[in-house]
Amino acid sequence: MIVPLLKGLKITLTHLFKKPITLQYPDEKPVVSPNFRGLHALKVSHDRAKCVACYLCPTVCPAKCITVEAGEDQNHDKFAAKYEIDMLRCIFCGYCVEACPVDALTMTGEFELANYKREDFVFVKERLLEKR
Amino acid sequence: MGYEILGLPMAYYIAMVAKVVVVFVFVLLTVAYATYAERKIIGHMQVRLGPMRTGWHGLLQPIADGVKLFFKEEIIPANANKFAFLVAPLISLVPAFIAFAVIPFGDTIEIAGNKIPLQIAAYYDTAAGKVVDVNVGVLYILALASLGVYGIVLAGWASNSKYSLLGGLRASAQMISYELAAGLSIISVFMLSQSLSLHQIVADQAGFGWYAFKQPLAFVLFFICSVAEINRTPFDLPEAESELVSGFCTEYSSMKYAMFFMAEYANMVTVCAVTTTLFLGGWHGPLPSVLNFIVKVYFLMFCLMWIRATYPRYRYDQLMRLGWKVFLPLALLNIVVTGVVVAL
Repeated sequence: MIVPLLKGLKITLTHLFKKPITLQYPDEKPVVSPNFRGLHALKVSHDRAKCVACYLCPTVCPAKCITVEAGEDQNHDKFAAKYEIDMLRCIFCGYCVEACPVDALTMTGEFELANYKREDFVFVKERLLEKR
Repeated sequence: MGYEILGLPMAYYIAMVAKVVVVFVFVLLTVAYATYAERKIIGHMQVRLGPMRTGWHGLLQPIADGVKLFFKEEIIPANANKFAFLVAPLISLVPAFIAFAVIPFGDTIEIAGNKIPLQIAAYYDTAAGKVVDVNVGVLYILALASLGVYGIVLAGWASNSKYSLLGGLRASAQMISYELAAGLSIISVFMLSQSLSLHQIVADQAGFGWYAFKQPLAFVLFFICSVAEINRTPFDLPEAESELVSGFCTEYSSMKYAMFFMAEYANMVTVCAVTTTLFLGGWHGPLPSVLNFIVKVYFLMFCLMWIRATYPRYRYDQLMRLGWKVFLPLALLNIVVTGVVVAL
């Protein structure tokens, strides 16, 4: 009965001298894995969003957080006139990225999404455009 | 210096007051920084860092905690017994500090021709040429140790909440069960030293004649029982959050809440100091006398934190069984064996 108790003490004592694995968050930021599902980004090609407004992402979205409205440009090509993701509803499942036929949507490693106002959680097209 | 009051030189009174102030401030600082040390040690034992952000490596954390607690809102429940509710934290805090009056924390020092023993309730009898202290010092400590529980029971009752009351009752039941075993386990020390005076007990242990070596069972029993008596993990049942919300201090807030925890840490210091005095040779050792004492006390406090980081909380029936069916018979057996050995 006493030996296991002493073993326990030994374990905690050896842990005392291990290097702590704590990350001091605001000073040290974690390196997220490449397949981390953070904030969405709309990819850009030829100075505009690759999105063709096919509506597959809002269709597949289980949280119904994506709003897309299609528009037509001078070349009669469809483009996303409005593209909004409500981050308060988003569950970061990544279905929208999987569903995208033109590979226009990705998820970034951005995870610091806290904000002060509800409106600030609605990411409109300009805020979603891929940062270069 | 020429003044005399009641036949004692003025320097005597100055030394007495100085001793009280120095010891009190030292214990208070130890209590404050024990909270910090505990968070750091347990943190590192769990491969975390512990407090890091207030001051260098979080060194100002206890001060920041104190400031925060003073500014928090005081809540007194509408149906609480207001007087008892307010006085309860004090009742649990005061005995923890005044137990230090009889603990010898160092050798006799000489200041301006006066020999001053480093023990608050003691003086150097020049005529007899020896240190005179409270000759029932151990009884005084045991009496005070059992007083602390009044604060907890009173807090539980005054809160007018059944969870608090249960926490308070648990505390008292636990205190009684373990006080018995602790009291009995140190009887073997008195049998060897033939004295209840703490100064005498320490003097007997000079030169590594520690009672911890002569009475290892009593030492272990006393230390574990003391841990149970001061309601520390793994015996912190009065605060068992999972079943009693927060036990006796559920209804307490701000500084009154903090006072219970100050009492807990002050008790921790007291218990370690008493154990050092009774079993680990007090201030005897290779370093200057006071330092020996401090090192031993801090080592025991480290052990308490280490134990806390290791063991889960006992269940109530296990706690009672351990106290009454294991520790009490062992303590009695130890007395019998010591008695036989002393008689032979």
